[in-house]
Amino acid sequence: MNFFKMYADGIRHMTWGRQLWLLVIIKLIIIFVVLRLCFFRPALAGLSDSERSETVGGTLTERAK
Amino acid sequence: MYLLESIGTALIDWSRAQFALTACYHWLFVPLTLGLALIMALMETQYVRTGEAFWKDTARFWQKLFGINFAVGVATGLILEFEFGTNWSNYSWFVGDIFGAPLAIEGIVAFFMESTFIGVMFFGWDKVGRGFHLASTWLTGIGATLSAWWILVANSWMQHPVGMELNPLTVRSEMTDFFAVAFAPEAAMKFLHTVSSGWLTGAVFVVAVSSWFLLRGRNGRTALASMRIAAVTGLVSGLIVMGTGDQSGVNIAKGQPMKLAAAEGLRQGGPQAPFSIVPGIEVPGMLSMLATHDFNGYVPGIDNLLDGYTAPDGTEHLSAEEKMQRGKLAVQAFSKLRAMQGDSLATPEEQAVANKEYKENLPYFGYGFISDKEQLVPPVWLVYWSFRIMVGTGMALMLLFVLVAWFSRKKGNLAERRWLLHAGMWCLPLAYLGGQAGWIVAEVGRQPWAIQDLLPVNAAVSSLSPQAVQTTFFIFLALFTALLFVELRIMFKAIREHKAE
Repeated sequence: MNFFKMYADGIRHMTWGRQLWLLVIIKLIIIFVVLRLCFFRPALAGLSDSERSETVGGTLTERAK
Repeated sequence: MYLLESIGTALIDWSRAQFALTACYHWLFVPLTLGLALIMALMETQYVRTGEAFWKDTARFWQKLFGINFAVGVATGLILEFEFGTNWSNYSWFVGDIFGAPLAIEGIVAFFMESTFIGVMFFGWDKVGRGFHLASTWLTGIGATLSAWWILVANSWMQHPVGMELNPLTVRSEMTDFFAVAFAPEAAMKFLHTVSSGWLTGAVFVVAVSSWFLLRGRNGRTALASMRIAAVTGLVSGLIVMGTGDQSGVNIAKGQPMKLAAAEGLRQGGPQAPFSIVPGIEVPGMLSMLATHDFNGYVPGIDNLLDGYTAPDGTEHLSAEEKMQRGKLAVQAFSKLRAMQGDSLATPEEQAVANKEYKENLPYFGYGFISDKEQLVPPVWLVYWSFRIMVGTGMALMLLFVLVAWFSRKKGNLAERRWLLHAGMWCLPLAYLGGQAGWIVAEVGRQPWAIQDLLPVNAAVSSLSPQAVQTTFFIFLALFTALLFVELRIMFKAIREHKAE
């Protein structure tokens, strides 16, 4: 069995699958391009590990006061 | 660069609401994936066993519905990971080493296994051997189930943190025992309870769709055969849900007694604690039985847990105030150890004293962030009623499966029992309601803890503007509602257009 051919045939003859793949692609674009880039920048991004430890450790100390 | 802004309740509540919304929507898709994966594999097994084309067509129909649900639901869980990094950055850093291992295994092994075999399952009909195709169908389901295992290991660790040490210098929970994390009894019970509830949801879904077919006089043979398999699957899953739910109750009584007390609305506990069916109706001793497997077992109430109590075996349980004092000592020692790092003036004796104080009080570390003992009580009404909805819907579904199994015998004339077919259809929302209520009990019931006793939500949350979190909350609400609408539309169309005979 040629698996590459099986997948190629499967994709070529998709009926419902086309609509679903379109949906998956649109969803992934929204999640990774729109949401991730515009709204979900990690709060500790760009810091080294020691800076992250320092930031979180300092924040925890302050919040316990 | 400390984040010193005051952390208001609006920020915490919106951050919690956003995470809860995302998790609830994600959980609309997951149980059906788990449940349909099992049922379609059982149907294909019938096909391979009997060689009847009927079973092949039936399996393919349910696979199509599985595919729709899978496509709409896939990657909705990724947003939870974004939220960890953005909204819960202190928490993410704090748990990084523990969460890293299970989530990496989930991504590498389970997800790739699932995605590889799902291709063979959909494209391999009549192109690969029957046995290989059947194995691919089972492995798709096993991959999905293994994904659930690693996610639930991570979730269970937050409720029962084991196999780790909090390093005050790196502020990271460092794994000391992988097997204690991966195979904790609480994780195993949570996995079995959650996955079997997914099988139950899949079984109800099959009963509901089949009932709809029978009510319209269509696809009768497919519907009846599917209902028989679904009823047996539902009954077996329901028994597993009940058994693991019972054991989870015992685990919660030991590790998260406040959650149990809140789920019962129990202010004053004691031996022979009653189980509340609804307010005003109680079964004496039943809560003790459920929590300790002994009618005389001692179950502490909310006030006992806040004020401290002595268990019948003589064990002293600290009051909330005492825990908060010890928590403050733990955080002070944590800060001292951090300040001593690289401080050449700190003597080894001073370091040893700070280290001893830190280790002695570490189990109460999270209480150092609590300013009022009432913060330790979760929203009682929500947990209380969610628990009753979870148990009530579970019992209703078990009754449905018993009736469907009984009337789907040869002489049962299931197709003519229209009342049961209507009930079968309307029970589908109950299955989802019960699943959501179960997660509310598990997650709201453990508030205020992001990690039990170690990190409350007010310490775990990032310093963001509440308005920013509010905005993303409504974006998610719109996005997920649109996805749900699309799923329902495609799913209904696939069901409506199905013609088996």
